[in-house]
Parts: sequence; structure tokens; C-alpha cells
Amino acid sequence: MHELTMNDTTEPSTIALRPDFAAIAEWIKPGAKVLDLGCGDGSLLRYLRDTRHVFGYGVEIDDDNLLNCFRNGVNAIQYDLESGLSSFESDSFDYVILSQTLQAMRHTEGIIQEMLRVGKEGIVSFPNFGYWRNRMQVISGRMPVSKALPYHWYDTPNIHLCTLGDFEALCRQCNAHILERRVMSNDHPVQFLPNLMGMLAFYRFERKG
Amino acid sequence: MRDSKSAGVVTPQYVQIDKPLQLKSGLELASYHLVYETYGQLNAARSNAVLICHALSGNHHVAGVYADKEKSFGWWDNMVGPGKPIDTNRFFVIGMNNLGGCHGSTGPASIDTRTGKHYGASFPVVTVEDWVETQAQLTEHLGIAQFAAIVGGSLGGMQALQWTLDYPEKVRHALVIAAAAKLTAQNIAFNDVARQAIMTDQEFYGGNYYAYDTLPRRGLRLARMLGHITYLSDDSMAAKFGRSLRNEELSFGFDVEFEIESYLRYQGDKFADLFDANSYLLMTKALDYFNPADAYAGDLSAAFRVAKADYLILSFTSDWRFSPERSREIVKALLDNKMNVSYAEITSSHGHDSFLMETEYYHQLVRAYMDNIST
Repeated sequence: MHELTMNDTTEPSTIALRPDFAAIAEWIKPGAKVLDLGCGDGSLLRYLRDTRHVFGYGVEIDDDNLLNCFRNGVNAIQYDLESGLSSFESDSFDYVILSQTLQAMRHTEGIIQEMLRVGKEGIVSFPNFGYWRNRMQVISGRMPVSKALPYHWYDTPNIHLCTLGDFEALCRQCNAHILERRVMSNDHPVQFLPNLMGMLAFYRFERKG
Repeated sequence: MRDSKSAGVVTPQYVQIDKPLQLKSGLELASYHLVYETYGQLNAARSNAVLICHALSGNHHVAGVYADKEKSFGWWDNMVGPGKPIDTNRFFVIGMNNLGGCHGSTGPASIDTRTGKHYGASFPVVTVEDWVETQAQLTEHLGIAQFAAIVGGSLGGMQALQWTLDYPEKVRHALVIAAAAKLTAQNIAFNDVARQAIMTDQEFYGGNYYAYDTLPRRGLRLARMLGHITYLSDDSMAAKFGRSLRNEELSFGFDVEFEIESYLRYQGDKFADLFDANSYLLMTKALDYFNPADAYAGDLSAAFRVAKADYLILSFTSDWRFSPERSREIVKALLDNKMNVSYAEITSSHGHDSFLMETEYYHQLVRAYMDNIST
């Protein structure tokens, strides 16, 4: 579901310019085993394969996306994430990635638990609902529509939008220990007041204990 | 959209194999012959060969047409040909009639040279493993060291899977469509009812009906009618036939009244004239016996440890004879072994027969996968 923020393209040169892909790739050790949940057209997986030499699978439910995964030559499995990751053994991946998909999932807590079970580390990215422009739109009386949240309230697949603070609270609840956080706005890193200034959030986490 | 057309006029070829075949049953077949067809050109590196394995009632005539027979298109002509998903402009495609079949390879209806009579009931039970061995013999004959891909639907998918276990070095890709790693009890049950229909036909004569110059036509017809029901879905039958009547009014009798009855009887009759009942028995047994996990205490993941191929697994949502659940079992075993595998669960209302249908999305998936296979 990468298209939730930006227009995907299969042109490698363009993919390389996608800062959200680059942000995730920086966290991935070369040669790692990666599971990309809600992998869209497989661009991220292909990018990780080409730049990080990962071995991995994408999981995708949408037919058109799956076909594009095939065209991109990445391993793609058509499963419904909502029913869990029962086909994947515990601790069988170095990283389980959920890139801009969390907010569209029904079983939010369930998928975080499954990521912690299957992967040594989890990586989640999502649009920050607490971004100041979103807040402004709500204050002005309308649901936010922006680059990171391109849908109207009535046609959005996003059913579980959250802020940085919300997600960190969920991590505590799920016994997920946050290893690293990155916040971006218009493709640039954000250090100052991230929950207000950040458009996109990235988290790397592991099981506690 | 690429310009796609039929593979054109094709001619079956024969090969005699005199190397004795050790069958899984413990029996031996001293010699046999195989009929096959090829489409496209084998490249100089001999690296673009694709084997198509057929299902229960299929044969070597996968694509193209016979010169002397109008409309005699191969059973997968919509999938295999120039510009088609399995593109014969790129790949050298081979179709072979399985041993025990009735379309030209040695089978129960063939003459046993030792006795001068039809094999009949004396033809040994053959398994998917045995078929892979015969296909390997043909491969050797053609001078092909490794397949770019082996492709099969249903029982054909089982052969593609088995190839990757028996000859891991000789298969780069396996396309396993609407198949299963083993049949369920329900599936075996359907096969047994089909076999019982044939074997209890008075014209069966214990499998030696050739000597009596007759055929167990009624039994084979029933077997096919039963099979056909299970290859379709409730929805597709409802859409195609519903409760339509042949005549306007009910006749309150037992003749053909509903269109579905007429259709099934026609299919059964057609099949009974074209197929050998003993071959049907053998094919259903091969289906029942297939279970690569058997040698690993039921652990399918363990069975795939030797495999090296990349896999495409496809299933169809309305297929209840080889349901998506069966394909997911294969996918799970491949994931456990960290094999390259892709899986699609294709929305279709055509039941098990979906794998033979020219459905755009299904063909796009196969095309996309095949396009990424280097030759």
C-alpha cells in the first residue's frame, strides 16, 4: 500500500529517490531475510534486493499489486494480513516491515504481535496524524487531506490513523521495545517537535526481554 | 497486448526407451515408447526448454493444430504459443503423453510385445515419480540438461513438484497450478467412486475388455460425469445451466429434462469414446498415491529440503477439488525452506477447470512470471 503516500513507479532511478524507501533501507543489514507486509507493487522489496541484497517475500492481498510484484520479479504471496502470519514460523526473518499499511489494518495490535513473533526486528512506517497541517485542518473543521493522507474521509482505506504518541503507547502495550525512530517531513528528517512537525514516522523495534 | 497466435501445425514424435523402468511399485517395465510434441526452438545454449505436464485426461497435444484435422487445437493452446503467456518465441516447449495414457505413449491399450496381446489389466500401476522418470528419459533423448521451467495444472502440477524433488539440479522454475501436495480423503473418495463405476461395468472384464472387443463405456461415462461435476463450481453450474429445461414443461419421467443432465451426458459420452478406461484408473491412482511428505513422516517442509527451484504456486478461489488451502500447504513448506516462491489465489468462478480457462488476470500472472525467467 505504498501508494498511500506517493505514486509508485517501477523505474529504478525513481525508486532510489524515494526517501521513505531509503530511510527503511538504512536500517536493513545487507543480506538480511526480510518480510514486507502489504508490499504493494514490490518496489520496496526490489529496492532492498538491489541495494541491500536481501532475501525476502512480500505479502499482498490486492490483485493488481500482486501482478506488479510478479512483473517486478520479487517473491510475493497473496495472503490476507488480517488473518495473521500463520504461514510464517517464529523468528524466521531478520526484519518484518509494515510500510504505510498499519493505518489501513483492522487488527492493528494483532499484526504488531505477529511481527514481533516472526521477525527479530519490526519496522513500521505510517503517516503521522499529529502533523501540524493535519491538526490545522481538523481545527478548521475538516478531516485532513494531504500528500501523506491523500484520501477523503468517505473513501479512505485508513481506518486506524494515529500519532507518534499513540503508536509508542501501543508498542508499550505490545511489549515492543523501540530501538530507533525517524521522523520525516517533505522528505527531510525532523528533529524538533516530531509529533507536530513530522509527516511520516518510522520505527524499528524488537520484542522486549 | 502482444500479437499472439497458435503454435501452428504440429506433428507428434515418438521415442522408444529400452532402458528398463524401475517402478515405485517394485515392478519393472522393460521398454516403452513415449509420444511428445514440441513448440518453438531450442536455443544454442539449450537453456530455454519448458516441460508441460498434463493432468488426468490431458495428453501431449498441448498447443497448435494437426494438419489433417481442423480445429484440433491442443488442450492448452490459449496458454502456449507465439506471444502467449508461455511464449514459444522465447521458449522451447515440450508436451508428452504420460506412460499409461491412451494417446500414443505405452499404456494398457498398447500391445505387450512379449505376449502379442493388449496389456490390459497387466499394465503396472504407475505413479507421479514414475512419470517424472520417463520424462527425464525423454529429456535425455532431447539433450536437455536443465529446464527453464516445468509447468502443470492439477495432476500436472504434482509432476512439476516431483521434478524439483527428484532432479533439483534440472529445474530452474516450477509453475504449480491448482494442485496439491496430497489428496484429501474426500478427493480420494471421488476417485474411488469413478473407479468403481468403471470396474463394475459388465463390459470391463477385469480390465481385459480389449480381448472381448468391447469397452466399459457406461462406467467410464459415469466416472467422467462425476469428475466433471467436481471440476466445476456450484456457482458456475448455476450460471451456465441453472434449472433450465430442455423442453418447456416437466415430463414427470426419468429422461433428460434439465440442461445440466443433457450437458453431463454429452460430456460423458464424448469422453467414453475418446479415453481408455484402464488409463483413467491408472491416472486416478497416481493422484491418490502422490504424497512427497510420506517419506518424511508427513513433514512436507522436510520433503522440500532437497529442492532448488523457484516456484510459482497458483490456486483458484472456487476450486473445491484442489482448494486454495492445498496450495497454501505447498507455499508454507516452501516458505519454511526459504525458497523463492510466489503465490496467487485467483478469483474465479470456474472451479478446478479454471486452470484451463483463458482468464485475463490469470494469464497476466503467468506471463509476468514467465517473462522474468531468463533463457
